[in-house]
Amino acid sequence: MLDADFFRRWMTATAASVDREADRLTALDSPIGDADHGSNLRRGFTAVTAALGKEAPGTPGAVLVLAGRQLISTVGGASGPLYGTLLRRTGKALGDAAEVDEQRFAEALRAGVDAVMQLGGAAPGDKTMIDALVPAVDALAEGFAAARAAAGQGAEATTPLQARKGRASYLGERSIGHQDPGATSAALLVAALCTADGE
Amino acid sequence: MSDDDRTVGVVLVSHSAEVAAAVAELARGLTGGGAAVPVAAAGGTEGGGLGTSAELISAAAASVDRGAGVAVLADLGSAVLTVKALLAEGDELPDAARLVDAPFVEGAVAAVVTAAAGGDIDAVEAAAADAYTYRKV
Repeated sequence: MLDADFFRRWMTATAASVDREADRLTALDSPIGDADHGSNLRRGFTAVTAALGKEAPGTPGAVLVLAGRQLISTVGGASGPLYGTLLRRTGKALGDAAEVDEQRFAEALRAGVDAVMQLGGAAPGDKTMIDALVPAVDALAEGFAAARAAAGQGAEATTPLQARKGRASYLGERSIGHQDPGATSAALLVAALCTADGE
Repeated sequence: MSDDDRTVGVVLVSHSAEVAAAVAELARGLTGGGAAVPVAAAGGTEGGGLGTSAELISAAAASVDRGAGVAVLADLGSAVLTVKALLAEGDELPDAARLVDAPFVEGAVAAVVTAAAGGDIDAVEAAAADAYTYRKV
C-alpha cells in the first residue's frame, strides 16, 4: 500500500531529479522551445518540496493536490498548469484515503493524464509529455519499473515526431530530430516513483 | 448600486507585462468616453520576466470584479493554460470569470468597448469572439 509518505518521497525524488537534470531539460528546450523548461520546472518543484516541508498533508490525495497547486502558481510556463493539473487531478481522484494500492493509483494517474490531454488538447504522437505519460500509465499494472521503462521509451520515441502542440509546433518539420523536453521531464517524474519505492 | 458599479471587468493575460499593459491602455483609449471599464493587466511573471503568473491573474481578476462577470483574454500557450487551470481549480478566480476565446488585441478592444456600452458578460464575450471574423485581407 502507498501512504502519504510515499507520495511525499515521490515529489521529493522528482524535485531532486529535476534539479539534477535541469540543464539537460533546458538544452532540449533550446532548439524547439524557449529554453526555460529546466529552470521553470526546477522553480516549481523547489516550491513543491518547500510547501510539503511546511504543511505535511496526511493523505496521498492531499499531497498531490498541494503539489499541483504549487506548480500552477510558480512555474511560469505551460508546464506549470500541465503538471499542476496532472498532479492535482490525480490527487483528487485518490480522494481522502489514507493509503491506496497500486491499482487505485494507476486509475487515478490515468484520470490525471486524461485531464492534461483535455487541458492542452494534445493526443499521443503530438510530441508532448503525453507521449511519455500514456505508455507509463498503461505499464503501471506491471509495476513502477515497467512504468519507468515505458516512459523513458516514450520520451525517446518523440525524437522523430513533428510537434503539433505548443511553441515547437510553429517550427513544423524543423521540430523533427529533437527529443521533446516535456516528455523527457515526464519520464523523470515516472522514474521517481521507483526512487520513492526504494528501488 | 449604480450601473457603473456593475460593469463587466476585463483581464488581459499576456506573456509580457508591457504587452498586457499597452493593450489595456489601447482598449481603454478606444472606449470613446463611455463608462470607465475596470480593466486589469496580468502580464509576465511576478519577477518581471516573460511568462505567466497565476498570482498576478488571480489578483487582476479580483481587482476588476464588480459582480457583473469578468472576461479574461489570454495570448499564448501558458497564459491560456494557466487561466484554464485556475478556472478548473474553482476558488482562484471570481465565480463569474470566464476565459473568452478571442484574438488578444482586437478582442480586448471589442470587450472593453462593449463593457463600456453597458453590455453584460455574454455580450462582452460575443463581441470579443466576433473579432476573429474581422478579416484583414
